[in-house]
Order: sequence, then C-alpha cells, then structure tokens
Amino acid sequence: MTRAGMTATLIWALAALIAAIIAIRARYTADLSAFLPRRASATQSLLVEQLREGPAAHLIIAAIAGADAEARAAVSRQMALRLRTNPAVLAIDNGNEAQLERDREFLFGHRYLLSPRVSPQLFTAGGLHAAIGAALTVLASSAGPLVKPLFLRDPTLETLAIIESLDASHARHSAAGVWSSPDGTRALILARTRASGADIDGQQAACAALERSFAESIAALPSAQRAALTFSMSGPPVLAVASRATIKGQVWRLSGLSAACIALLLLAVYRSPAILLLTFVPVASGALAGVAAVALGFSVVHGITLGFGVTLIGESVDYAIYLFIQRSADFRRSVWPTIRLGVLTSICGFAALLPSAFPGLSQLGLYSIAGLAAAALVTRFVLPAWLPRTVRIRDLTAVGSYLERLLARLRAARGALLLIALLAATLLYLHRGALWSRELNALSPIRATDMQLDEQLRAAAGAPDTGYIVAVAAPDREAALAAADAVGTRLTPLVERGVIGGFDSPTRFLPALAVQDARRRSLPPAAVLRANLDEGLQGLPLTAARLEPFVRDVEQAREAPLLRQADLAGNSLGLVVDALLVRGSAGWSALLPVSARDSADLSGAAIAQVRSAVASAAVGAELLDLKGEADRLYSGYLREAVRLAIGGFIGIVLLLFVALRSAARVARVVAPLALSVLTVAAAFAALGHALTILHVVGMLLIVAVGSNYALFFDRAGVRAAEGSLPLTLASLLVANLATVIAFGVLAFSSVPVLADLGSTVAPGTLLALLFAAMLAPPVPRTTPQAALR
Amino acid sequence: MRAPPRAELRERRRALLPRPLVGCAVLGWLLVIGGPPLVSSAAESADESAVFGELLRLLAERRHDHVTFTEVQQLAILDRPLHSSGELLYDAPDRLEKRTLEPRREDLVLEHGMLSVERDHHRRSVALRDFPQAVPLVESLRATLAGDRAALARYFTVQFSGTLARWTLELTPTDATVERSVQHIVITGETDRIRTVQIRQSDGDTSTLTIGAEVVP
Repeated sequence: MTRAGMTATLIWALAALIAAIIAIRARYTADLSAFLPRRASATQSLLVEQLREGPAAHLIIAAIAGADAEARAAVSRQMALRLRTNPAVLAIDNGNEAQLERDREFLFGHRYLLSPRVSPQLFTAGGLHAAIGAALTVLASSAGPLVKPLFLRDPTLETLAIIESLDASHARHSAAGVWSSPDGTRALILARTRASGADIDGQQAACAALERSFAESIAALPSAQRAALTFSMSGPPVLAVASRATIKGQVWRLSGLSAACIALLLLAVYRSPAILLLTFVPVASGALAGVAAVALGFSVVHGITLGFGVTLIGESVDYAIYLFIQRSADFRRSVWPTIRLGVLTSICGFAALLPSAFPGLSQLGLYSIAGLAAAALVTRFVLPAWLPRTVRIRDLTAVGSYLERLLARLRAARGALLLIALLAATLLYLHRGALWSRELNALSPIRATDMQLDEQLRAAAGAPDTGYIVAVAAPDREAALAAADAVGTRLTPLVERGVIGGFDSPTRFLPALAVQDARRRSLPPAAVLRANLDEGLQGLPLTAARLEPFVRDVEQAREAPLLRQADLAGNSLGLVVDALLVRGSAGWSALLPVSARDSADLSGAAIAQVRSAVASAAVGAELLDLKGEADRLYSGYLREAVRLAIGGFIGIVLLLFVALRSAARVARVVAPLALSVLTVAAAFAALGHALTILHVVGMLLIVAVGSNYALFFDRAGVRAAEGSLPLTLASLLVANLATVIAFGVLAFSSVPVLADLGSTVAPGTLLALLFAAMLAPPVPRTTPQAALR
Repeated sequence: MRAPPRAELRERRRALLPRPLVGCAVLGWLLVIGGPPLVSSAAESADESAVFGELLRLLAERRHDHVTFTEVQQLAILDRPLHSSGELLYDAPDRLEKRTLEPRREDLVLEHGMLSVERDHHRRSVALRDFPQAVPLVESLRATLAGDRAALARYFTVQFSGTLARWTLELTPTDATVERSVQHIVITGETDRIRTVQIRQSDGDTSTLTIGAEVVP
C-alpha cells in the first residue's frame, strides 16, 4: 500500500468510527413526525401537538368478537379487571354499570356548580314555579321513572339539564351488561394509555397488555368458546406501534434483500468474493455517513430516512462497479472525472431538497448528499489502495462488444423517442387534473387493512373521525376556561338553529372558578328558599314541605368547595376534561370539538358561520379543520417539492454547462433524463396512480442516477481513446441492474413512501439508460488495441 | 389522521346518558301503552279459554289503530295526580307510537325493535335488545298484537275474566327484574277495542290510561 493509500485508509477508519458513534447515539423515530412541518403557524403547531401528544393519541378501541354475547361480556369484564391494575393503562371503559353510576353520582352531587341554568332568577318564586312546573311535565312523560327518584332533592331537574346539554345524540349499545357494537356482534373496550403519543415504546407496552389480558381472560373458557373468540384493536397507539414495526421490519428486510440480490449479481459478474466485499465498502461507508449527517443536522432520525438507505445502495454501488469493471489503467484520469461529475450532479439535485420545510425531504436530501459524497470519496481514495495487486475479475469485454453492436441498433431507432415523448406528453396533458394526490394519508405507512379495521371499530364505538375543533389559547387554566365559556355562548345559537349538530367544552364538567362561584352565590339561604317555594308552588300539585330534601341539598351546596380539575380524577368525566383542557408549551388550550349534523362533514357555509361566531367571541379562538389542515399542509409540501425538484434540475443543467461547455453535449445528457421522467410520470397517470411527494423525489433520483449513464456515453463520444467502450457499456449495464434491483425491491414495500419511491426509480433508471444509449453520440472510430488497452 | 379528543368525548357522553333515559322510556312506554298480552291461565274455564282465543283472533285482525288517550298518574311524591293526553297509533305487526300532546309534546315510537323518543327537538333511539329487562314486555305486546300466542306465554301470568263484549285481563310479570318496577297491569276492553290500561308499580304509584275516540286522519 502506498503512503497516500495508508493515509486515506487511516482517515477513513477514523471517520467511520466517529460516524458510527454519532449514529449509535442518535435518536430514532417512526411516528408521523417526518410529515409535520418545521416552520408552522400557531394553528399548525397546535394541530401537530394534538396529533402527537393529544388525548386521542392515547386511545385504543378494542373489540371482542365471536362466540355468544355472554361469553364476550365475560371476557370483557375479565379484561377490564386485569387492565385496571396495569400500569401501562391509565383508564379502561367497557361500559359497566358501576362506572356509569360513579359518573352520574358526580354530576348529581355537583349539579348546582355545573348546571348552566343556575342563576339567582331560578330560585325566586317565579323561577321556581316555572322550573318545577316544567319538571312535572317531565315526570308525567316517559322519562318519569328516571327523574322520580331524584325529584324531591332536585325538583328543578338540574341533573337532567346537565345530562341533556351533553347532546347525547346516539345511544351506546350494550349486550349482556357490557358495551357492545350497535349490531351486537362485538363487545367493545376503550383503553387510555399512560404513555404519550410520541412514546411508542410505552404505547407498545399498552397494546401488549391488552393482547395479554385477552389471552389470559379466555384461558379459563371451554376450548370451543376459546377458539370462537377473536380479539382486534385499533386507535392511534395501535397504528403507531404497527407502523413503526412495519417500517422497522421493512427497512431491515428490504435492505437485506436488495443487498443480497445485488451481491448475487455482482458475484456472477466479478466471480471474486473479495472484490464483492470491496464493492460494499463505499455503500456501507455512505450509509453510515448519511445517518451521522442526519443525526447531526436534525434532532431525530426518522425510520423512513433509514429506508432511503436502500436507495443509496442503488446509486453508491455503481461507483465501485465502474471502478472494478472499467479497471482502466488510469482510473483517476479517465473514469474518475466522469464519476465526479455524476456525483456532483446528484449532490446538486439533492441539495435542492435541503431547504424543504418538510423534514422528511430535507433529511433525505442531507442523507443522500453525505452518503453519496462519502461513497464516491471512498471509491476514489480508499478502494484503489485496497485492490489486490492482481485483480481477477471476469473479463466482460465479450458482453461489452455485444452491447456495442446493440448500441448501434438502438441509435438507429432513436426516432422512436420522439414518438414516446409525444405519447407521454399527451397522456400527461389528458390526466393533468388528477395527476397529484393531495391527501396526506397517501403517505401514511398504515396498511389499508389496518385502516379499514380502524374505521370499523370507530363506527362500532360511535366515534366517527370528524375533525373540527375550536381551539382557544390562554395563558392560564382559568383564562382558558373563561374563553371556552365565551366561545360556547356563541356556539349555542348555532346548535339551536341547526347549523351544527353540537359541540363539547371542558366547561361542561369544569366551569371556570368565577362561573362556579357566581352559581354558588346565587343559591339562597334555607329560609329564603322555603319562603320562595311556598309562593312558587301555588297552583302546582305539591307543597313546599315535601321539598325539604331540596332545601337541605341547596343549603349544603352553599357551603361546598368549588370544583377543581383534580376533583375530577378517578371518574371518566375527568378524562374528558383532561382531553379538552390541555397544557401546551405556551400556556393552556381549551378544545371545543364541533360536530356536524348527522355526523357528516361541516358544509362550507356552516364553517363560515362557526368561524364568525368564534371570531365574535374575541378571545383568540380558532376553528381547526384537522383533516383539511393536514391536507393543506401536505399540498403545500407537494408544491414546494415540485418547485425544489425543478430548481434541482436547473442546478444540474447549469452544472453540466460549466463542466461540459457545450450546449449540444448538455442537451444530449439532459434529454434522456427528462424523457424518462416524463415517461414514468405518464405511465403513473395512465395507470390512474396519483403522484405523491415521494414520486417527485423519485424523479429527482432518476435524474441523479441517470446522469451518470448519460455522462459516460458522453465521455465515450468525446474521448473514446481513453477508455474501452465495451467495458464502459458492460459497467453501465451492471450498475443499472444493481440500481433496478435495489429500487425494484423497494417497489414491493407495503410502506407507501418506500413503494412510491421504488416504483418510480426502478423503471425510470432503466429507461434513462436505454434513452441515453439511444441518444448516445456517434462513437469515434477506435482500434481494438485502444479499446483493450 | 385521527381527530383528537372527539372520540373520547363521544364515548364519555354516550356512556352517560341515553341508557337510563331511554331505558326508562322503554318502561314508561310499556307501562302506558300496555297492550293486551294474553295467555290463558291454567285456572281458566273452558268457556273463558274459548272466549280468550276468540279475543286474541279479533285483536290480531286489527291492522291499524289511531286513537286519542288521556292519562292520569298518581305519584306518592305529589299531592295531586298528573294529567296528560295525546294520541296512540298502531300498525301491524310491530309499529307502535305514543304521541303526547299535553302538557308537553313527546313522541315515542317503537318500530322493528328500535325505540326512539323525541322531546324538545331531540331524538334518541335505542335497540330494545340493549334492554333485556324490557324485552319480555315489549315482545309480549308485539306478539299479542300480531296474534302470536306462544311468544307471550314466557313473560306473563294472565288472568282473563268477563265476556268478549266486556273483558278484563290482569297481567303479572314472571321475570323478576321486570317485576321490580311493575307489579301488575290491568287491561279492560270491549271486543277488539282496548278501553283502559292501568299499571301499578312496585312503589305503589299508578298510572291509568283511558282510550278515547278514534282519530280520523
């Protein structure tokens, strides 16, 4: 080994060690965070916070199906019993009576602090006459048996008023004493995990606890029943755990698979295990450098970014292939400049992704730049030093010569390219309206079957995924509650007019202290209340003496302390308040979910009315349309990605101008790349597959990888004497096969992000090679000696 | 993408209410419309059994009813009774509606095993299946109106007396949970027309429903 080689090896070893340390210490994630913005408006950050940390991110809906209702109910009770003591689960709800009873008792016990009707007016003679008169009509109605037991203590029916204000538009179904789906085929359990939305390990523990509790609960049953019972669950924690597992599994499996396939290919080509090993040195170095760069540049490395490691195999393996196959006597002078230009064009393309607001894209950009640069440098400076003195690789000149003859035929058919271009352009024009997918869900790593199960369980649990929330921000809890109250006052008329179906508010169970205090102060002393009852009950079928329990309760309520958030702990209403009153990074937020009538989407007109009602409250509240907001966010990314990709393309063209100094040569390099991008896009359009942001990235990769091919053809046209055309062709074919394998494997991923990328790049690079060959400049006459030199 | 707190909230909300409310509505409905669930008891004479069979046949033949009603409820917690009135509708085989007009509008509908209550523009529905304690009552009513004698035998002990022109039925629930709230139901009628339905609850409260004139649509 030369002294320079020694130095390069030393530097490489040191850099690899440092990169490995950085990579090991880095934080990895697989949640939706890659799809969330770095620069966000206040609305968007609330949205992001809700998605990642919000209360819904803790909810698991579990279903027990099969056997009969009794068996399902028995399992549901057993599971609830086991899960209540599990530290991973914060709360469990299977709809049993005891729990409902606790909640009802709480509402009844605090009715004079909670009921919005409580005011001094209610307790005057006139107010009592009206309220009790109305209560008597309820007593006479079908609800009579319900209110009768409470009537003497609560003759104005404040408990009922609170309950009715909750807008219970749908009944919760039950079978054999536990909560069941409306069709009665499944017992349902709602679990709230202790771990936050971002803590996927914690979520995983909760999911495992649910599954284990099911297994334990059915263990005691007869085997026929045990076999008939099935368990399923969904909800954000389940989906997050599943998608992390999917991404993790796929990253390893797909990387392994494509590496193995490429290894087989190269072994067949080289017939030398040592050379094969050397080929993977730049690949591994590049991957390590990429991860380390992302870990340094970003706070967390996304699992998806590692998935792109596969893409790096596809390109960086090419460099070593060029080195080994072309094994020109003077690699440094003849082959390296072309590779160098190829690397630079790739870096130029990926650099365009760096400024993206979409962290997924900028991570990919940085990863690729660092990875490709490292792979190229290792190929140039380290690998040659490690090459055995006598390289024994199979001579591909014969294959190359065949390719050379093929090339001549391909060049003759170059006219067909015009036809292809026309056809592609026409297809794209025809499908111009439906070219792009504008839904963020298109990127979600969640499998379609999981998504379906989620929808089914949500429907069964009566929790459709409508996503309109009025968010109120305030510096402290009391201010947030007061503001929520103000917004609620403005929304109530919209409910009455039927503009919206209803809304919820944390103030239903936890009114602001000032509001509670005002309600408490409106309760009259016993003597006054008795006198008012005497007068107010004139003409009604009962006397004041019968309502002594009411007088006692009011007297007690006058002395009772005000209700605080901590008082709600332990009943399920507390969970509602915790969900709707959240402490954010900057103060408190109250959330008021707004539902449309008939659980549909809100109409544009309804949204406008809600917005103006919210604005009129003048408390700094905003209506969030969660899915719309997320899709808008994504559309923004998509537009940005297209802009950046075009910028990257222009950058590449400029770079080529500087390097090649000839418009004709630049055109010949760029044309096949542009044409293959066009063809792939047209194929997707024709197949009805809407393009996502990852297709755009894929197109950039076609240009980045394909530019190497086009540059080699260009070099062959200009300086044929410096290299062997057959060997160049053979190396291009092998390199392209490796790339197609790497991305082709990716195309079969069940993670849409990876599949989109793979299905774009694999055919795209193949076409790029083909088109570049067809457009290759005429090769200057060379003597066989020169070619074989 | 999940919409945050909504799901949980709905769960809670659902958990809280409709159940007791509508459950009671079911019972209330049954208490009021009562119907004539008829099963001849062992003590009956052969004559009465024949009359009873004839009555059941006549009732089953009526496919549609639309009548007025007045109701008087005697509650121990009140000094004077509560009065209400409205209309009753029946369509064979399984649709029953009680429309209270005074003193407060309320619409209670039992249809295909679903029970819904509409009051103050709020409508709530539940599946009867969710209230196993109420199923015998409702099913007996439905089965009677449909002339399904066998289905009734399970839920009530029936005492039939009188003639076809003027009969009385006393129904005593056999199911313990139903018995807890309803002590017995006494129905009087003339041939195929029900005249009064009196329900006595276990706490001593009673309600008497008197059927009035037929409503001509």
